[in-house]
Amino acid sequence: MTRSESGATPEAAVLRPHAEQQYAAELARLAEHDDRPRPPGWRLSPWAVTTYLLGGELPDGSAVTPKYVGPRRLMEVAVATLATDRALLLLGVPGTAKTWVSEHLAAAVSGDSTLLVQGTAGTPEEAVRYGWNYARLLAEGPSTAALVPSPLMRAMRTGAVARIEELTRMPSDVQDALITILSEKTLPVPELDTEVQAVPGFTVIATANDRDRGVNELSSALRRRFNTVVLPLPAGVDEEVDIVARRVDQLGRALTLPETPAGLAEIRRVVTVFRELRSGRTVDGRTTVKSPSGTLSTAEAISVITSGIALAAHFGDGVLRAADVAGGIVGAVVQDPASDRVIWQEYLETVVRERPEWRDFYRACREVS
Amino acid sequence: MAQVEVFGIRHHGPGSARAVRRALAEFKPDAVLIEGPPEADAIVALAADPAMVPPVALLAYGPPAEGEGRPPAAFWPFAAFSPEWQAIRHAADTGVPVRFCDLPAAHQLATPEEGEGNEEAEEAGEAGEPAEPEAPAEPAESAGPAEEVAEQVRFDPLGWLAEAAGYDDAERWWDDVVEHRGEGPSPFPAIAEAMTALREHAPEQPPHVRLREERREAHMRRTLRRTLREGFERVAVVCGAWHVPALLARVPANRDDQTLRGLPKIKVSTTWVPWTHGRLAQRSGYGAGVRAPGWYHHLFAAPGRPIERWLTDAARLLREEDLHVSSAHVIEAVRLADALAALRGRPLAGLDEVTEAARAVLCEGADPPLELIHERMVVGERLGEVPDGTPMVPLQRDLQAEQRRLRLKPAALEREQELDLRKPIDLDRSRLLHRLRLLGVPWGVPGPRNGSGKGTFRETWTLCWRPEFDVDLIEAGAWGTTVRDAATARAAARAAGATTLADLTSVAEDCLLADLGDALPAVMRALADRAATDADVAHLMDALPALVRALRYGDVRSTGVGPLGTVVDGLVVRICVGLPPALAGLDDDAARAALERIDTVHAAVSLLGRDDHLDRWLGTLAGPAGSDRAHGLVAGRLTRLLLDAGRVTDVEDRMARAVSVGEPPARAAAWVEGFLSGGGLVLVHDDALLRLVDGWLAGLPSNAFTDVLPLLRRTFGAYPAPLRRAVGERARGLGRGASRPDRPDGDADGDPIDVPVDADRALAAVRTVATVLGFAFPAADQGRTGTDHDMRGADE
Repeated sequence: MTRSESGATPEAAVLRPHAEQQYAAELARLAEHDDRPRPPGWRLSPWAVTTYLLGGELPDGSAVTPKYVGPRRLMEVAVATLATDRALLLLGVPGTAKTWVSEHLAAAVSGDSTLLVQGTAGTPEEAVRYGWNYARLLAEGPSTAALVPSPLMRAMRTGAVARIEELTRMPSDVQDALITILSEKTLPVPELDTEVQAVPGFTVIATANDRDRGVNELSSALRRRFNTVVLPLPAGVDEEVDIVARRVDQLGRALTLPETPAGLAEIRRVVTVFRELRSGRTVDGRTTVKSPSGTLSTAEAISVITSGIALAAHFGDGVLRAADVAGGIVGAVVQDPASDRVIWQEYLETVVRERPEWRDFYRACREVS
Repeated sequence: MAQVEVFGIRHHGPGSARAVRRALAEFKPDAVLIEGPPEADAIVALAADPAMVPPVALLAYGPPAEGEGRPPAAFWPFAAFSPEWQAIRHAADTGVPVRFCDLPAAHQLATPEEGEGNEEAEEAGEAGEPAEPEAPAEPAESAGPAEEVAEQVRFDPLGWLAEAAGYDDAERWWDDVVEHRGEGPSPFPAIAEAMTALREHAPEQPPHVRLREERREAHMRRTLRRTLREGFERVAVVCGAWHVPALLARVPANRDDQTLRGLPKIKVSTTWVPWTHGRLAQRSGYGAGVRAPGWYHHLFAAPGRPIERWLTDAARLLREEDLHVSSAHVIEAVRLADALAALRGRPLAGLDEVTEAARAVLCEGADPPLELIHERMVVGERLGEVPDGTPMVPLQRDLQAEQRRLRLKPAALEREQELDLRKPIDLDRSRLLHRLRLLGVPWGVPGPRNGSGKGTFRETWTLCWRPEFDVDLIEAGAWGTTVRDAATARAAARAAGATTLADLTSVAEDCLLADLGDALPAVMRALADRAATDADVAHLMDALPALVRALRYGDVRSTGVGPLGTVVDGLVVRICVGLPPALAGLDDDAARAALERIDTVHAAVSLLGRDDHLDRWLGTLAGPAGSDRAHGLVAGRLTRLLLDAGRVTDVEDRMARAVSVGEPPARAAAWVEGFLSGGGLVLVHDDALLRLVDGWLAGLPSNAFTDVLPLLRRTFGAYPAPLRRAVGERARGLGRGASRPDRPDGDADGDPIDVPVDADRALAAVRTVATVLGFAFPAADQGRTGTDHDMRGADE
């Protein structure tokens, strides 16, 4: 509603543009070439949405960058779910691009990824339903003008995709407020003796974390109103390196870091360390290592590389070297100072040290840890 | 003018099956030719029998290879959704003759494929063959070197068509274009056309494959010609789509005759055998590489609305497993499957879409329930049946009669079966399963409790019938005509061929378990002969436990064990004579091995329950136990055994001597290890012993202690942690010299206890316990020590 003006903000003016801002050109081109039927309220057809997410080539030869690198079928299930006006629940361990996927889905389907409710332990029911402008409420009594709609309510009115982040972090009673919205597609406002009925195109994408399952476990009534898609960790080293390299490149441009050749070798090394510690065994499958308490997700690998690039650019010789990423890696791995440090030292001495081509990395890590 | 229609199908394709059924009804042939071994022409009529339930397979087998090898065999499996099966049924229902037109199995089995020498590969080639050209199920899983990929393209011509249509998976393309089509015009002309074009452009096949294909197609043409010559007017041919152009081609008869001349040949018999969906699904061995037989069966059998029915069935399955899946779930899953199909541009939701929908909605993203669906529905394990009139070797027939008598039906899904051997029927079932195992047909696999001999009257079996058992049975048919006779002959042969005593005893045990009384005398004779000549006491010791188990539990199975008793008697005596010399001069490893043997023999002799044998055995042990020449480990262990049996009174002295300064520390530690092995509980309960060990340890000079430490650690490390802690606490108590106020009960081994026992009041309780344990209660005036002694005996 009010934010539509700010949508025109030039990219450079904000730290992180929304998906629909950053990829406005791609979305426009997709819409231009999209001749398939669009579900009511959708900006693009389901095919175009899938192409937007997974990348591809348009008839005019321009390329669409992949937003999600992973199994195609997952994105197809997600898009098909939304096309059947079902709610979509994205599950996965932290750092598996749940939020990322949900943002891009919302951007592609309804051109607006900002109708967002962040689930926290303190999320009130107003965030899901509606609140009141109390000054007006006192002055005029209950009226439509005094009503402050929640992002969900706005999405229902406009037929857009609403996003709920970290659904399981919300208190159970707030979660339950969703049930009526999802099954009846209506939000009653008893104070005004009225209701808001969703227009076609409205649906909900929620994300939830596998790791802290059970914080506020979804009730089965709510659970069955969602189609569930579990986002996996990247399947192979190459896939993960690809994801990291791509994101690091984008972030580097967004942060206007000086041009640094983000050495693929260095990225591969970080990804390998993360994968080995995460899975508890080395890539050659011959050594078992202990897994630290952190999740060591792809997202963390990205941030390690990004900060390494920043270090290299501002304080180093402009080339990403082992020393630049060592500090970040140690910080990501050693979350629990007592137990993780031991695990890291063990890994360093038994695995890293044995790899002749990793000498520089070993020395760098020894220095910081 | 005679009319010939060639229906090119995909083997095990439900869409093809439906199309064939419709086309045949329209065409009304007066003869049907089917791709399959012509030897089976004689038994094809059996397919009309209502007792024949697919999945079944035609089995062609040759004479057994020399020795005990499996006979060469090949299967042509048919499921209900196989087009060939539908053609057979159509012919049977309309009373039209059916001919199989493929290359005779006599030739196929006689010529193992060149270049693939091993038998496994040959079987795979033969069995998977009917599906080979048309089931392109390997979407480049092994992305090996480029040559390999090229090889795959050659084997996978349909992959080319699929690729041309923009599909990455040939199976899905075929599914979309042919299998998933509803009603409509016959697809066969188009298929024939496509195959003609494909064959023109397909790259050359490897020579040995091409040769084989040429022969097969030549024979198909020849059969077709012969059929027409016989005067049939309307002939329908059902064969793999790949062969259609070859059948339609005009090739002079003499050229085909030339191709087929002089092929090697063996004698082949054919029969029907039950088949399983699991076998259809497998790509290796006898499998046919059908990815989802359960799904195909469903597609074929479901009367409309296959997606809805499938997901409803899945929901019911999950409900049976106590997963909450409502009708609302099913509705949403169907919607998602349809939406996915639309998104992917497929005419109808296929297995992929249905599986995704089940995962996202029914299973709420979880994988384990999905695996359940895969196992029970997508593969959908089921076992076919063949009618009684099917040709069988006598052994198969006997087994079938036994199965019926014992109400033990073969099933393809693994199943646990509990047998209570006190019931006659269960006893017979157990015997049957044991006999089959002897014959090399492991229909049942005994649960872990059986082999150990601890089981009394209960046996657990895991039953799972696999189709290739029929081949095994045919092979075993050489041994006899009934299961019992064959097993007897097999056991006797194994006994004659056994090289070690332990082999023989296990044969003997098997014979007893399988109640093969007729084989027993021969086995026993071989056993006695071998035992008499075998000089190695270790062999004798290895042989004893199995025999004792058999002897002891023979009663439960009401097996005659008379001859066995004699053999065991002889064995025990021989062991007792041979053991002491065998124990002299052992090194560490040998001592450890000897220790194990002594333990098992000790357990066996105790189990035997014969006092004279036990006496003799313990008497034998007393010698080495006291000898300085015996290895420390052995001496310690023997002393312990004797102590437990109440045969020695001077344990403390012996221990002190063994661990005294005169002994080298290594031997002392070994002695302690032997003495304490198999349970440190005695240290917790016997203060005198603990004091001894403790004193010896404390008194060690520091350098000797370092020598002993690893050995001690080995002993104590084997104890569970709580026990170690208990021993440690005890030892600390000793150090302080404190008495043990926390343990008023004292202990059995002469440690004086402070609390006086009122013998009269204890008597009642002791009497009851003794009765429970089955001991004759000693006269009341024998007092406490006597009772204690008996209780100790009872512990054993």
